[in-house]
Amino acid sequence: MLKRLAASVREFKAASILTLLFIVGEAIIETFIPFITADLINYIQKAGSDLKMERILWTGLLLLGMAALSLTCGGIAAYTCAKASSGFSRNLRNDVFDKIQDFSFHNVDKFSTTSLVTRLTTDINNIQMSFMMIIRTAIRAPLMLIFSIIMAFYMGGLLAMSFVVLVPLLGMGLFLVSRKAMPAFRAVFRKYDRLNESIEENVRGARVVKGFSREDYEKEKFGTAAEDISGDFTRAERIVACNNPLMQFCVNANMIFVLTVGSQLIIKSGGATLNVGHMSAMLTYGMAILMQLMMLNMIYVIITMSSESVKRVNEVLIETSDIQSPDNAVMEVNDGSIDFDGVSFKYSAKAERFALADVNLHIKSGMTVGILGGTGSSKSTLVQLIPRLYDVTEGSIKVGGVDVRQYDLDTLRGQVAVVLQKNLLFSGTIKENLRWGNENASDEELVEACKLAQAHEFVSSFPEGYDTYIEQGGTNVSGGQKQRLCIARALLKKPKILILDDSTSAVDTKTDAMIRAGFKSYIPETTKIIIAQRVSSVQDADLILVMENGAVAAQGTHKELLTSCSIYREIYDQQTKGGEEHE
Amino acid sequence: MSNTNAKKMPAGMEHGKRKIDFKVLGRVVKLLFQSYPRLVPITMVCIAFSAAVAAVPAIFIQKVLEVVTKYMDGGITDWGAASREILPMVITLAGLYLLSITLTTIQTQLMAYITQGFLCKLRRKMFDGMQNLPIRYFDTNKHGDIMSYYTNDIDTLRQLVSQSLPTLLQSSIIVITVLGIMLWYSVWMTLVVLLGVSLMVFVSGKIGGGSAKYFVRLQSHIGKIEGYMQEMMSGQKVVKVFSREDKVKKELHDINDELFKTSYRAHAYANMLGPIIMNIGNILYVIVAAAGGLFILGGIPNYSIGAIFSASMLVLTIDIAVPFLNMTKQFTGNVNQFSQQINSIVMALAGADRIFNLMDQKPETDEGYVTLVNAYVDEQGNVTEAAEHTGQWAWKHPHGDGTTTYTPLRGDVRMEHMDFAYEEGKTVLHDVTLYAKPGQKVAFVGATGAGKTTITNLINRFYDIADGKIRYDGININKIKKADLRRSLGIVLQETNLFTGTVMDNIRYGKLDATDEACIEAAKLAGAHDFITRLPGGYQCELTNNGANLSQGQRQLLAIARAAVADPPVMILDEATSSIDTRTEAIVQAGMDRLMKGRTVFVIAHRLSTVMNSDVIMVLDHGRIIERGDHQKLIDEKGTYYQLYTGAFELE
Repeated sequence: MLKRLAASVREFKAASILTLLFIVGEAIIETFIPFITADLINYIQKAGSDLKMERILWTGLLLLGMAALSLTCGGIAAYTCAKASSGFSRNLRNDVFDKIQDFSFHNVDKFSTTSLVTRLTTDINNIQMSFMMIIRTAIRAPLMLIFSIIMAFYMGGLLAMSFVVLVPLLGMGLFLVSRKAMPAFRAVFRKYDRLNESIEENVRGARVVKGFSREDYEKEKFGTAAEDISGDFTRAERIVACNNPLMQFCVNANMIFVLTVGSQLIIKSGGATLNVGHMSAMLTYGMAILMQLMMLNMIYVIITMSSESVKRVNEVLIETSDIQSPDNAVMEVNDGSIDFDGVSFKYSAKAERFALADVNLHIKSGMTVGILGGTGSSKSTLVQLIPRLYDVTEGSIKVGGVDVRQYDLDTLRGQVAVVLQKNLLFSGTIKENLRWGNENASDEELVEACKLAQAHEFVSSFPEGYDTYIEQGGTNVSGGQKQRLCIARALLKKPKILILDDSTSAVDTKTDAMIRAGFKSYIPETTKIIIAQRVSSVQDADLILVMENGAVAAQGTHKELLTSCSIYREIYDQQTKGGEEHE
Repeated sequence: MSNTNAKKMPAGMEHGKRKIDFKVLGRVVKLLFQSYPRLVPITMVCIAFSAAVAAVPAIFIQKVLEVVTKYMDGGITDWGAASREILPMVITLAGLYLLSITLTTIQTQLMAYITQGFLCKLRRKMFDGMQNLPIRYFDTNKHGDIMSYYTNDIDTLRQLVSQSLPTLLQSSIIVITVLGIMLWYSVWMTLVVLLGVSLMVFVSGKIGGGSAKYFVRLQSHIGKIEGYMQEMMSGQKVVKVFSREDKVKKELHDINDELFKTSYRAHAYANMLGPIIMNIGNILYVIVAAAGGLFILGGIPNYSIGAIFSASMLVLTIDIAVPFLNMTKQFTGNVNQFSQQINSIVMALAGADRIFNLMDQKPETDEGYVTLVNAYVDEQGNVTEAAEHTGQWAWKHPHGDGTTTYTPLRGDVRMEHMDFAYEEGKTVLHDVTLYAKPGQKVAFVGATGAGKTTITNLINRFYDIADGKIRYDGININKIKKADLRRSLGIVLQETNLFTGTVMDNIRYGKLDATDEACIEAAKLAGAHDFITRLPGGYQCELTNNGANLSQGQRQLLAIARAAVADPPVMILDEATSSIDTRTEAIVQAGMDRLMKGRTVFVIAHRLSTVMNSDVIMVLDHGRIIERGDHQKLIDEKGTYYQLYTGAFELE
């Protein structure tokens, strides 16, 4: 799991390794400093009145040099560490995002958009923090621990025996505390997510809450949930809070031991086995050893805490896109003919019902095909199979006589333009949005496409025309205007197949008719598939499909269907009834 | 995006200031005290005590070393004699340690309790305050921003309360105590230490401030990248059908690069602080050692506070120099600890500032005093108030002269010459007059921005308007208590918002004490029963993420059921069936007709088939009613409505 993530370190490998080295360098110097200071104190004490300033100064200079060296190491490590961890998280974020871009919808449907965004932000942030922690302490802490223990034994001899008892004691204690606290924390974090979701519901649904006068009810509900979490969190934190006194106990016990046993050793031996300098060094190393244990414990805690994040990011990374261009892909689409042969489809392998069942369709290049059907009749599903947004479960779809799975994806999607039902404009100018269809389109081509989509008129009426800035989600243009811009954007691709998925629902019937008339005269070669709610949008099509419950219930021309298909007639009657009465 | 970022920055940050805002800090501390008026002082006393106690051992250690040295110098190896001097000290020390551990235990346990409790109280305060805010607040603030008060900003406060503030208190007490001890021994040496420490403080101020600046900037970069990813992922299908994946990747990489640059600067600064402070400490150590040596050798008189109390002047000896060196270490260690907190303090105060901003928002005002009560209405129309549910409701209207009148709830809504502007100078409704008699169906038709939704916003007082313009059963709605007014109005919006919970819970939201049967009955009326029974678990099916597992049309049916169970005399349907296809709508229509029967209903719809059978249809244009009448009348007039109906005119 970690290996896959580590692959994202890439160009920051050097910085990471440098960090490890310099941190170790810094640590080594830091451990030597008390050694020297102990020597100095020892000298001062031994010398008594014979104290020579020269000696102090030399040691001072040595210490100064070491401090400078330690600062250099520490400074460099600080820099490389920041660079390596930020760089690692940048790469990881890029990698995960790229991966998601290559996902098929089948893949995307497994995760929700919000959860993917959380993975890209919060989770990667957590990973960055633990990465930083790891490269700073993973080698340093054990190294310093071992070193301090060796030094303690070297200087203190018997005195260091206290560690033999204290280190395992503290280690065990810390481990037990973490083990007990960890699951508690993880449970709390999950509850937190839910609490925040409920806040979001309230922010988004403020009108509903107020409309039903449910403010007090929501307050109470939130209060209960908040108190509940606070209780759980307090319990978890109180377990962790045991670390501190435990640590203090060990440090203090060590102090007492060193002071009693140490002074006894010194006095009994007359300073032969141990001297005062050694004893104070022992106090320092004792502190250092226990500190490093704390450090190691912290790493353990952080890694466990971020393991949830690692797992979530990894889930995205190991997901393989199930829609990819094949080897030796076909790079050219001959024409706009479409053939469905025994096509069945379900959104997930586990789904009991097929969303589409046994569809057979043959559309000749250049035909106009209308599709009608109620909510949930799988109209959108049917057309989304053509540009391979999803792959068929059974059967095959051919475009231009070639199975869609044999095309290069960009080639196929370049020739199949879909104006989606949930059409979207992105923040940016109208021009920028239109050029999604063709990056190299000239201004004239943009105008031409807009004229065809009946969008030119209103675009020109904006004070800034084609340079008008579209807000995120296209909130500053009306629904009908948005739909027409989306059609223009698709037209710019000059596709062999054009699919309009309920894309003129907010456009009035007259304009709708003008758009369709435009298609007929300007892009006669293009196969046009029009999904609509209004019969008027499809009645002049070469072929009309009536869909119901994931199957093509009937197909034929308007005239044929009026006589042969009861559903079609019902829809037709309903939509024209009112009009006829009054016209 | 840039707007949001600017808004996210606290006031001080925009002017490039990165100082600690003491006003905000003061308010946080005050709130903390208010939340736990007893426990906070107790914890502080514990922190102070254990900090003070932490400084004392140095004295005992020094004393023990003194004794040891004395014996060694005298060549005495008699442990028995020495132990009589040393052991009492060690025992006292052990006692002190025990005290310190006890204090630490109490303190850390209390801190865990206080931190979480405080955050919980703060969260509730924020949420309660937010619930009382007018709809205007939610309409004019980005939801993402509001959310981040509860997540990011609260998180920074957790750091502040649980870590930074205790460290601050503890470090300053240790520093003060150690300073006192140092002065007790030697003024000169203390001055040397202080000189070094002031350098540390200066450096940490500089570097810490720099890193805080980058951390605040980092927050806004994260907001930016989040916004971009959100936009592209919700538009994933469009990205794919236009094969724009590579382009989108590149754009993200660019934004990500900026994030990276800021992130590594912020962290580089922060990481640098530790080594710099610690090494200044190391150098200081050398200087103190050298100075000590000089003082001893030079025999420079040692001024000290201790000297004042003892008969003989204390001479600077090795026994003093050694603990002095240890104290120097302790001193610098604490300054380091303190400086590590600067980042989190600056960030937490920026977060606190935003949280306080939310809490300081002016709540929705309500001067209404007319309430809705259960009542008995006899045949003569006399109303008597009832304590129990009677199925009949009345407005209870207390008057200035002490009398109370009751008006039966009927659902009669009148507006007279109503003008309204969300922002001054931008009037969106002009001289709107309308009468909706009980049981009538009134429809609004018009382009986006014509003012249809605004009218309904005014009826339920989401936005307030001048007195007397809207009357409900003859009562000025400004006099009606908002909660009671809204209780009498059922509202279904185009944007359906469902809550996490079962389908049943969601329907019951309309009337909390509704029985299961009543909820199912309402679902049947709304035409939702059929699809609900086909959901896994039926009415017990869990909805999450605003009912993401339902289609938009199904969500709308549930929202209608939710309003139906409330059984209000007046209903407002704002594009409530826009996502239901015409065929399903026709099937649902029968239930809807039954639902609307006997109620005053306001309908807003794009689709004319939804409004055709209304008693009155108002065609709105730029905030004015330009046509009114029933379907037949408007068709005969051959005006805008006629054009809409025949498809010659586009509705936006």
